[in-house]
Amino acid sequence: MTFDILVMQVFSGFSLFSVLVLMALGLTIVFGLMGVINMAHGELMAMGSYMTYVTSVVFQRYFPDYMGWYFIIGIGVAFVVTFAFGFLLERCFIRFMYKRPLDTLLATWGLSLVLQQLFRQVFGPKEVSVPTVQWLQGAWKVTEGLELPLNRIFIIGLTLVIAGAVFLFLYRSRWGLRIRAVTQNRAMAGAAGINTARVDAVTFALGCGLAGIAGSSFTMLASTGPVSGQQYLVDTFIVVVFGGVESLLGTFLSAFAIGQTQISLEYLTTGSMAKAITLLVVIVLLFFRPNGLFAAKVRR
Amino acid sequence: MHNEKRRLIKHALLLGAFSLLPFSLVSQAQADTVKVGIIHSLTGTMAMSEASVVDAEKLAIEEINASGGVLGKTIEPIVEDGASDWPTFAEKARKLLENDHVAATFGAYTSASRKAVLPVFERNKGLLYYPTFYEGLEKSPAIIYTGAEASQQTLAAVTWLMANKGKSVYLVGSDYIWPRTTNKLARASVTKQGGSIVGEDYLPLGNIEFSSVINKIKAAKPDIVLSTIVGGSNVAFYKQLKAAGIDSSNQTLMALAVTEEEVTGIGAENLTGFLTCMSYFQSLKNPVNEKFVAAFKARYGKKRVVGDPMAAAYTAVYLWKKAVEKAGSFDVPAVIAASSELTLDAPEGEIKVHKDNHHLWKRARIGTINAQGQVDVIYESAPIEPNPFPKL
Repeated sequence: MTFDILVMQVFSGFSLFSVLVLMALGLTIVFGLMGVINMAHGELMAMGSYMTYVTSVVFQRYFPDYMGWYFIIGIGVAFVVTFAFGFLLERCFIRFMYKRPLDTLLATWGLSLVLQQLFRQVFGPKEVSVPTVQWLQGAWKVTEGLELPLNRIFIIGLTLVIAGAVFLFLYRSRWGLRIRAVTQNRAMAGAAGINTARVDAVTFALGCGLAGIAGSSFTMLASTGPVSGQQYLVDTFIVVVFGGVESLLGTFLSAFAIGQTQISLEYLTTGSMAKAITLLVVIVLLFFRPNGLFAAKVRR
Repeated sequence: MHNEKRRLIKHALLLGAFSLLPFSLVSQAQADTVKVGIIHSLTGTMAMSEASVVDAEKLAIEEINASGGVLGKTIEPIVEDGASDWPTFAEKARKLLENDHVAATFGAYTSASRKAVLPVFERNKGLLYYPTFYEGLEKSPAIIYTGAEASQQTLAAVTWLMANKGKSVYLVGSDYIWPRTTNKLARASVTKQGGSIVGEDYLPLGNIEFSSVINKIKAAKPDIVLSTIVGGSNVAFYKQLKAAGIDSSNQTLMALAVTEEEVTGIGAENLTGFLTCMSYFQSLKNPVNEKFVAAFKARYGKKRVVGDPMAAAYTAVYLWKKAVEKAGSFDVPAVIAASSELTLDAPEGEIKVHKDNHHLWKRARIGTINAQGQVDVIYESAPIEPNPFPKL
């Protein structure tokens, strides 16, 4: 292995890390607060991807001169739409199922099937092609043999920004304070005058919005089709469970560990083997630490 | 009590009357229609590829009906959804054969779904037309294969690549039966022709992370990359290749599972200049194909494109019609007997059913993908005799 390849491999590991963090962030927050396992998380990502697609079509048709900007707007649109959808979902659907974790599992899984079919009806069964904007195409040539893809650099940057924003929101804002209070002790927070129902709705919507952003940025890496969400779901769950389901820091570390391990193993073995070995390692570690890497102390 | 009983009887009578209704309609209809089955995934992962194959089959049926049907009968297609699930395929195939008594069935797409329905068709003495290019190594009395088998696609492609593009090959594919078998054949053929395999990689179906594979390709510096990646993974693979600075200007790549249909999903800009090998491309210039493409676009919309399995499925319906007319009956054994050595002017040019193995004599064509998402043909073989069990 030459030095160039080594650098590119480490970079790939960071890239996969950022992708995994984007996927898992929304799910961690929702699960941590409400104990809701959202099986439709993948479809919410797909919704974000489709919103980006719609934005690109609108730009192509009405503002072809500003095509270079569509992607930034697309991310925004994806966030707003999935946030709103998540809010409605919580109010009309999820909130009737609190304290019934198995039922939510089934209900959100059903929802994911409904959404898949909806995408199929609206956008057709085939994948849609979402164009990558000009300034994110190609690679940054550091030296002759060392090339770093621009879209991956962008995703790493985006992840850092989003993670920073989520951190500030949770730990430096009044909303964040309420969310943390409800997470730690729902009854006590309610008694102290926090409207826990509203906190639930906003948090769930935020989780969905983050899924939307993830889906939107993945249009540069992967396909956008009715079942695209399924591609992400398993990886997302592994990261969240391995990290400890209530811990943001755990999610970060687990994404980092899984990302680097998988990328290195892919290089040394084949893609399928790498996935199998990574899963095996995760299972063994969970055997010794059933609550994941970081188990937050939470009163239920 | 008395009242309830009377109501029960009334309901029973009503139900009985209703159940008679469709039967009488059917028996009336039976006189001038013939049922055929269409079995593809309309939901689930494979819907992406299979839904448009159904469109092509329906188009052929509509065309035949408009021009008078088969033996004076209108074709009535019964469409079943295999739902990307192999046991469902088998179940629906049984339904088509045992309940609907279809004269022939067009369908199955993945090798897994074909393997699932094969015993059902053999047991019920049914007839299936299978439209996809596949790995070969199969021969069934109940199936007529209208797609290419390995010697007409993979082996033809490898031979051409060895002669024209270089000797070292990197194999990369999705992890299931078709890519693994195809690569086994490709490896044998490459080594026999003095080439070498410098890498072989498989990724799970639906995989979206290709950066390590791409780095491995960069490190191995092969003359040729041979890709058997399928489905949504293709989009990820080509987008990430391009982002990593690999394109047709610095790497020869041949895709064995990318038709014009996939190109629209991947985005032609990510594929321009790469090679593909199929029997059929939309851009082929011949009157049958021009008529087919025009009819397809008129029926389903200007933006739609046509790929190899769709053309093979369209051909299958006409092939069945011709065999039925030659046999003078819809009887399955008679139709199969009449199919032997049958020729047809198909969109891909003249094809002929092989006398023994139920595959077609086909041409292999190699082309480069252009910026419009169409394929410019650069090589065309003579018709190749199908040989599903090639000796290597």
